[in-house]
Amino acid sequence: MGSLKLEQINKSFGEVEVLKGIDLEVEEGEFVVFVGPSGCGKSTLLRVIAGLEDASSGNVLIDGAKVNLAPPAKRGIAMVFQTYALYPHLTVRNNMGLGLKQAGAPADEVARRIDAASAMLSLEPYLERRPAELSGGQRQRVAIGRAVVREPKLFLFDEPLSNLDAALRVNTRLEIAQLHRRLKATMVYVTHDQVEAMTLADRIVVLNGGRVEQIGRPMELYNSPANQFVAGFIGSPKMNFIDGGRLGESVETIGVRPEHLLVDREKGDWKGTVIHAEHLGADTNLYIDTERAGLLTARIFGEYNAEPGSTIFATPQAERVCRFDAEGRRVD
Amino acid sequence: MSQARSSTSRTVAAHAVLITYTVIALFPVLVIVMNSFKSRQGIFRAPLAPPTTETFDLVGYQTVLAQGNFPLYFQNSLIVTVVSLAIVLVFGAMAAFALAEYRFRGNTLMGLYLALGIMIPIRLGTVAILKLMVASGLVNTLTALILVYSAQGLPLAIFILTEFTRQISDDLKNAGRIDGLSEYTIFFRLVLPLLRPPMATVAVFTMIPIWNDLWFPLILAPAEDTKTVTLGAQIFLGQFVTNWNAVLAALSLAIVPVLILYLIFSRQLIRGITSGAVK
Repeated sequence: MGSLKLEQINKSFGEVEVLKGIDLEVEEGEFVVFVGPSGCGKSTLLRVIAGLEDASSGNVLIDGAKVNLAPPAKRGIAMVFQTYALYPHLTVRNNMGLGLKQAGAPADEVARRIDAASAMLSLEPYLERRPAELSGGQRQRVAIGRAVVREPKLFLFDEPLSNLDAALRVNTRLEIAQLHRRLKATMVYVTHDQVEAMTLADRIVVLNGGRVEQIGRPMELYNSPANQFVAGFIGSPKMNFIDGGRLGESVETIGVRPEHLLVDREKGDWKGTVIHAEHLGADTNLYIDTERAGLLTARIFGEYNAEPGSTIFATPQAERVCRFDAEGRRVD
Repeated sequence: MSQARSSTSRTVAAHAVLITYTVIALFPVLVIVMNSFKSRQGIFRAPLAPPTTETFDLVGYQTVLAQGNFPLYFQNSLIVTVVSLAIVLVFGAMAAFALAEYRFRGNTLMGLYLALGIMIPIRLGTVAILKLMVASGLVNTLTALILVYSAQGLPLAIFILTEFTRQISDDLKNAGRIDGLSEYTIFFRLVLPLLRPPMATVAVFTMIPIWNDLWFPLILAPAEDTKTVTLGAQIFLGQFVTNWNAVLAALSLAIVPVLILYLIFSRQLIRGITSGAVK
């Protein structure tokens, strides 16, 4: 199994700088998720690690060895793609075995590894089928199987769940989590979905505009975001940002998560009107137009009856409030 | 089509237009084939009448098979067409793959340069081509024709195939790279099979002008050994007397091989033409 180290990775396409000096260390057996809005460079970074793109400058080290010039097949990696990318003319068995055969592994070794991987992912009934005869979820399992068979030092996932429907996404997410636990392999996973990031990751790397905004464990990012971008990106519904001047505070912006707003009909800090209520069963989202703080989202656990138009008070939990300066940096 | 969107009158109108076009397109072919089975008198007395027991005559076919060297002419035409076609398809697809897949300096410029041939007719260069062939000793060889037809077919092939190659998923090619396939294997094993429909389209557009061409065989390879079918049929067209039976029989025979090739490609062709429309 392997570790990964990135040193000052830069990448530009012509004039456009996509990655700006990325430094990262991933330890053996760690599950690291790159997350960020579309166009933030997370997929490009993954491609640089895989060797599908060359970095304009900087070093990629896998297991301590510099692999800047090694072709993808020689880096000891395996990759799972968003569009599955199975070979349409090969059966599931041959799809999984092609990489090993190409590397010159003996036939019985290839067969043994395919059997092990297909047992792990319950793919045995489909081994002789072609990708066109499989459903989306099965195809993605085959793609994961193809990666497992290679027994790589490093697994790379490029938004593997984006093409699956909601129910399958949850199942496959679970499968990937179990796979990580069983193989104890190092995995790097790219997604734009913060729920995937929070549920799967040992550590999350938040990227924005080609830079690392923050690296940390999921709860670190949630509880102590380093800046306004991370605070807004992690957590759903999004954190409320309120102009500091409006509240008479010295800082530029104040951030309060919807679940850290206490709602009361009688009394509270900010008086407002309910604009809309979303009843999700397990929790209720209220959109409140307050006099002092503007439009806020409040998340209440369980059912809560609030008619649009009714008056309501919202109070932030003082110890949970984040403060940001003019550059968006956290100041408290 | 759903019931709601089809009406009898509209269906009839659509079919009327299509049938009219089919009749117009097939009429000359039909006249040629019909008359090739008639005696000389039958042809001239009633050119539009189908052969009757009275006018039925195979003299045209007998002349063609007896005179001249038609089996050889067919062989020449087939060799030239098939080899040119293969070269155009393989190298066209390779160039398209390079243009679509790799970022390199002058990529766009190279694409434009390779597509320029669509706009400039190759026949403008006939004199230079003839000089070139004379200098390289290729006059009166099939190689000369194959080279010229490959050059003629490549621009359109590259232009069409580049667009289709761009649509092939990057992930698939990258998966191949990670599995250690060489760029050649990726091209031949992963990309080419997915390019089949557009390649059939290109094949048909390339094949028919080559098979029907009279210009280059006449100029570059008029020798008896290297004559193509279209050129061979000219021996029956005299300045004063034309052996119409033989000309019509030769032309009817010349339709058959392209028709067979077309049928081979046509299923893919239809997919190629429609795939762009609905995607």
